[in-house]
Amino acid sequence: MATELLMPALSPTMEEGTLAKWLVKEGDTVSSGDILAEIETDKATMEFEAVDEGTIGKILVSEGTEGVKVNTPIAVILEEGEDASAAENVSSGSSEPAETKEEASAPAAAKPEAEAPTELKVDASPDWPEGTEMVQTTVREALRDAMAEEMRKDESVFLMGEEVAEYQGAYKISQGMLDEFGPKRVIDTPITEHGFAGIATGAAFGGLRPIVEFMTFNFAMQAIDHIINSAAKTLYMSGGQMGAPMVFRGPNGAAARVAAQHSQDYAAWYAMIPGLKVVMPYSAADYKGLMKTAIRDPNPVIFLENEILYGRTFDVPKLDDFTIPFGKAKIWREGDDVTLVSFGIGMQYALEAAEKLAEDGISAEVIDLRTLRPMDTATVIKSVMKTNRCVTVEEGWPVGSIGGHISSVLMQEAFDYLDAPVINCTGKDVPMPYAANLEKHALVTTDEVIEAAKKVTYR
Amino acid sequence: MAARKTTRKTPAKSNTSKDDLLAYYRDMLLIRRFEEKAGQLYGMGLIGGFCHLYIGQEAVVVGLEAAAKEGDKRITSYRDHGHMLACGMDPKGVMAELTGREGGYSKGKGGSMHMFSKEKHFYGGHGIVGAQVPLGAGLAFADKYNENDNVTFTYFGDGAANQGQVYETFNMAALWKLPVIFVIENNQYAMGTSQNRSTSTEDIHTRGAPFGIPGEIVDGMDVLAVKEAGEKAVSHCRSGEGPYILEVKTYRYRGHSMSDPAKYRTREEVQKMREERDPIERVRAMLLEGKHASEDDLKGIDKEIKDIVNESAEFSKESPEPALEELWTDIYADVAPQEA
Repeated sequence: MATELLMPALSPTMEEGTLAKWLVKEGDTVSSGDILAEIETDKATMEFEAVDEGTIGKILVSEGTEGVKVNTPIAVILEEGEDASAAENVSSGSSEPAETKEEASAPAAAKPEAEAPTELKVDASPDWPEGTEMVQTTVREALRDAMAEEMRKDESVFLMGEEVAEYQGAYKISQGMLDEFGPKRVIDTPITEHGFAGIATGAAFGGLRPIVEFMTFNFAMQAIDHIINSAAKTLYMSGGQMGAPMVFRGPNGAAARVAAQHSQDYAAWYAMIPGLKVVMPYSAADYKGLMKTAIRDPNPVIFLENEILYGRTFDVPKLDDFTIPFGKAKIWREGDDVTLVSFGIGMQYALEAAEKLAEDGISAEVIDLRTLRPMDTATVIKSVMKTNRCVTVEEGWPVGSIGGHISSVLMQEAFDYLDAPVINCTGKDVPMPYAANLEKHALVTTDEVIEAAKKVTYR
Repeated sequence: MAARKTTRKTPAKSNTSKDDLLAYYRDMLLIRRFEEKAGQLYGMGLIGGFCHLYIGQEAVVVGLEAAAKEGDKRITSYRDHGHMLACGMDPKGVMAELTGREGGYSKGKGGSMHMFSKEKHFYGGHGIVGAQVPLGAGLAFADKYNENDNVTFTYFGDGAANQGQVYETFNMAALWKLPVIFVIENNQYAMGTSQNRSTSTEDIHTRGAPFGIPGEIVDGMDVLAVKEAGEKAVSHCRSGEGPYILEVKTYRYRGHSMSDPAKYRTREEVQKMREERDPIERVRAMLLEGKHASEDDLKGIDKEIKDIVNESAEFSKESPEPALEELWTDIYADVAPQEA
């Protein structure tokens, strides 16, 4: 049966083109791969090859014609045994043009409307039962205990990274783990972040549950392609067939006097990515409970730690299997006048500021987000509905910050409850300097949080 | 998804059986006809974005799949249609993914460059040049960790061979003796840059030697040579001796992608390859000369393949576009749609 040859789309953006030159004439026999014509696209001159074999029955668009729309019939090809009269009687056969796609109806494609503040779902349940015995534990020990407990329960969990095994961890997080679990499950890698992040992600595709330690998250920039393009997106790209159940963890943000390349807070970077879950705890109990949840989670989890907090001691509940769910903020201090929202080491500024504000008669409610994706904005909104004022606190940079996102959420969902603009206290918009005095000023300070709280309460 | 079964577990033999030859012919022809059809659908606007055809390179995947056993894994770059067909994935599901339809392997959400099949141990389909190399070593890491004897075929091109992560991976794969076969599909052009303009070494497999990884050159236009080399590499890997490199010299007839005007090589160069080295013609000649098949037998196969490909094209047009709710699914493994 004779078939029409249509003007082809020869680039992702081509809508029309020039039929520059025919390299065949009517009556010519062609086979698959023969060049039929030269076509000028919006990008270049391309050769147009035959796909099927046959005879050129009729040329419908002469050479030199400009502005030929994609899918316009340009020639007719006859199959073996057909004569030219068949060219008049063309079947559109396998070459009907792509149907015009109906415009997606916008409302159905949009995410469901944000819930009205009256429908806020807030989980205010305690993290552990009242009366639970508490043990003084450092953040460092809490992390190790969480990993070790999960590794005892699940053979597919393993730890890999630089100096995690024989050196016992660059920051001694994995102390004792090589002795307990052996070199098969506690693996020293070469200094090769891009490579081992990729290998770990492949191992997760293959059914294991890797914990990848970055000596610091600054070095994870070398690996960020695998974290985002390979780990975070594969579940979606595979239509749900396979994903990467794994944890990327390590210290994040400024430590002390290590300057620009070793002092960056990546919270907002990772929190932007659909497919990742992002955790940035403050207390040892949260480090432990959230790390156990992270290891069990079937998705890639970014677990942002802080070197300065590693040695800090907190109460941790003495429970056999203690976990904290993702997406549940914690109210550290209740108050009526202003809501301070923070996470990670930012919490120390928020809590110090709340203490000092109380001395001045300002009652601050302090919320620790704990997880940034999913983020418990309901708890923040509920608090702001009571206090009508909000200050956010983080060490990261101001542009595209977590605080900026919270401000936007409050504006959209609690606008009528706000009595003052939200203020974002952030790290300064500069690379981290080395000099001690400059470094102190580059970070957010407790005084700045106090000042912001006074400003939004008009004191 | 129903799938065609094409992998065979024939042990290495110097004399290839008639059935094997016919199977290689059939599998290579399926890839070629499928890719021609994909090119046609692209021209009609049914396939969008980037579409990288495998025409000319068919013997590479068909030869290596003949050396694989059930449980072995494979992973490759964005020029992935041939790999999927060769490991037995359903042409309908592949073509429908190319047209972005619900019946595609990724429900239309991945497209030509991002397709997967857990069932067939096909781990993508990766759009970032070289990223599949550590990922493939990671799959091999999982098999070694699980103490089975599976191997992972990790395919990449001569272009990807200049990515730093390839050598980070060579180092760890050798250090940890991972059961991974690095298959360098050297088609001589990294997009439009020929190997001699991009690569300091003549034979890329020699770059494994400093890491202690053995490697060899394979004629990628000869399916039997590829299969034989594949069997050698597989036996090395399966016996726990660590990675192996196959540098398979091949050639792609079509452009890098559909929008490649191909000004970096002459038409004569391409034509010469097609006429003198074509991997499918080679097997066709062996079948006819060895009296394993008549012209009519081969015509029958051609017809059968054409029907499979046409059926896949029809399916890819008839399968509906994904429901709009699909926008919000598969972002997290543990979250129901609309709750992300």
